[in-house]
Amino acid sequence: MIKIDNLTKIFETPNGPVTAADHINMEVPEGEICVLLGPSGCGKTTTLKMINRIIPPSSGRVFINGEDTTGLNTVELRRNIGYVIQQIGLFPNMTIEENIAVVPKLLGWDSNRYKARAKELLELVALDPSVFLKRYPRELSGGQQQRVGVARALAADPPVMLMDEPFGAIDPINREVIQDEFLKMQQELRKTIMFVSHDIDEAVKMANRIAIFRGGRLVQYDTPDDLLAHPKDDFVESFVGDDRALKRLRLVQVSQVMEPVAVVKPSDSLQTALARIEEHGYSRAILMVNEKHQPIGYVSRSVAQTTKGLCGDHYFGLKATTSPSDDLRKVASLMFNHDTTWLPCTDEQGVLVGRVTQQGITHYLGATYQRDALNAQSPHLHQVNA
Amino acid sequence: MELLDFLNDNLDLILQLTAEHISLVAVAVGLATVTGVPIGIAITQNERAARIVLYVASIIITIPSIALFGLMIPLLSTIGQGIGYLPAVIAVLLYSQLPIIRNTYTAINNVNPALREAARGVGMSPLQRLRMVEVPLAIPVIMAGVRTAVVMNIGVMAIAAYIGAGGLGVLISRGISQSDPRQLIAGAIAVSILAVIADYALLWLQRRLTPKGVSA
Ligand SMILES: Nc1ncnc2c1ncn2[C@@H]1O[C@H](COP(=O)(O)OP(=O)(O)O)[C@@H](O)[C@H]1O
Ligand SMILES: [Mg+2]
Repeated sequence: MIKIDNLTKIFETPNGPVTAADHINMEVPEGEICVLLGPSGCGKTTTLKMINRIIPPSSGRVFINGEDTTGLNTVELRRNIGYVIQQIGLFPNMTIEENIAVVPKLLGWDSNRYKARAKELLELVALDPSVFLKRYPRELSGGQQQRVGVARALAADPPVMLMDEPFGAIDPINREVIQDEFLKMQQELRKTIMFVSHDIDEAVKMANRIAIFRGGRLVQYDTPDDLLAHPKDDFVESFVGDDRALKRLRLVQVSQVMEPVAVVKPSDSLQTALARIEEHGYSRAILMVNEKHQPIGYVSRSVAQTTKGLCGDHYFGLKATTSPSDDLRKVASLMFNHDTTWLPCTDEQGVLVGRVTQQGITHYLGATYQRDALNAQSPHLHQVNA
Repeated sequence: MELLDFLNDNLDLILQLTAEHISLVAVAVGLATVTGVPIGIAITQNERAARIVLYVASIIITIPSIALFGLMIPLLSTIGQGIGYLPAVIAVLLYSQLPIIRNTYTAINNVNPALREAARGVGMSPLQRLRMVEVPLAIPVIMAGVRTAVVMNIGVMAIAAYIGAGGLGVLISRGISQSDPRQLIAGAIAVSILAVIADYALLWLQRRLTPKGVSA
């Protein structure tokens, strides 16, 4: 846990004092990622660097896991805080192994132990130790160096990590890959992380909480969903962007908006299908499943109205399915691709568990705007009546 | 022809003077490195001190060597060392300070600030930072300073023969006083060749000392 209490930094410059961080108060719960977000020069880096005292605070205090770090020896403090800088900063005179082992060495680990650790960490960041351990930083691509930078910060297994635009120097495609890998790692490692970014999309993707800075002040500190749904003022609203509702799509999983769905079997008559379509108010079609309750196609309303026979002889194929863990951005994209207003959801075995509709999505995203209503309303998490 | 005969007849002497010359320069520049590198590192901590030290070192290097020897004679005479080995070594030691201090200072100051921050961030103490990061990265430039000092002072040391320090300058000074072009030319050529060889030898050493991941 990181707790910041009235942290302030005033730089004395030839043009007079500059307040880079102004009485910042915030708390990052254990195991969470907090992203400091804001335009350039708003004090994100200054705030971050006061935590490991690369920049000494003018006033205020920092607590790590409840301990006031003010009196601690800075060198020891830093060995217990993982630090990843934007410029990566691998030591060019050291091999990758030596770079990763640098903190363990400073801590006096014996060589077998830190060598094993370097190997383990390279594997963790998806680099082959047999290829990379003995190489020098300049023999690595930017993305590979960035991974090593993360490995180095993790070496002594610090409970707290500080990351200053760690993926800023990487091209957009690799950045997405590294972000995903990092999030996967974090699910296991559960570090308490403070992460600086100027990119709202990155923040929404990485953060458990986002802290928006402006001119050295913390203006809003909220979960990504709350931030996007309820920006506190015009500044935050313009910073998160006009498409903030769409950005929220990525934060919501299908399971949160899933609804029950009626189905027919191949052996049902088209008459039954029509009756169910009417009963449930479906406008165009009804889903058909096999004996294992796996969706295999649709029976359309027009066919059911005009034809006699069994569903199994008059259906058309499945377009796409989603899974409960998909995010709504993917679902929306599938819906646009397939020109459809709803999609079936299946579990890993392909068994139908419900459906997700455009209306359900809109409703979910809209619901939070009526804050009071939100709490009263039950979440859209219905079990399917199998 | 005459020159070759002379070389042939005096090979032992020439080799002995060369050895003397090398040892004089090596001792002087060695001492200069041992003092200049720490001074160069120390002054990175204080810009004002750096300006003063570099200024003084630049002044020293502009003093003609003959004048410097002249200045030292009365001073060192008080301990009975007015001429000979000691003033020669001190002169070269002083002349070597500028290239060595300046290169060290520049090299340490030019270490990428991101690396310095990374070194602080992982929890290195200032001394660990120097030893593990800054000095290894500065080595190519520091060594270039040492090379400059050696090559420059092989020439300076030739003049130290006038104060009885020995070395290849002996051939030159005798050549002049005895109007013997053979000795003069032999001495001059030997000094030049020594300078070229020393330069290459030190370049080789510089490459050896440069950490593998760092481009020289
Ligand atoms: N060492 C410094 N000396 C003077 N002013 C500084 C220094 N570092 C940062 N600042 C100023 O403090 C403000 C915040 O900087 P910073 O924390 O780096 O912003 P961010 O990381 O959000 O881009 C800026 O106005 C910047 O110019
Ligand atoms: Mg910054």
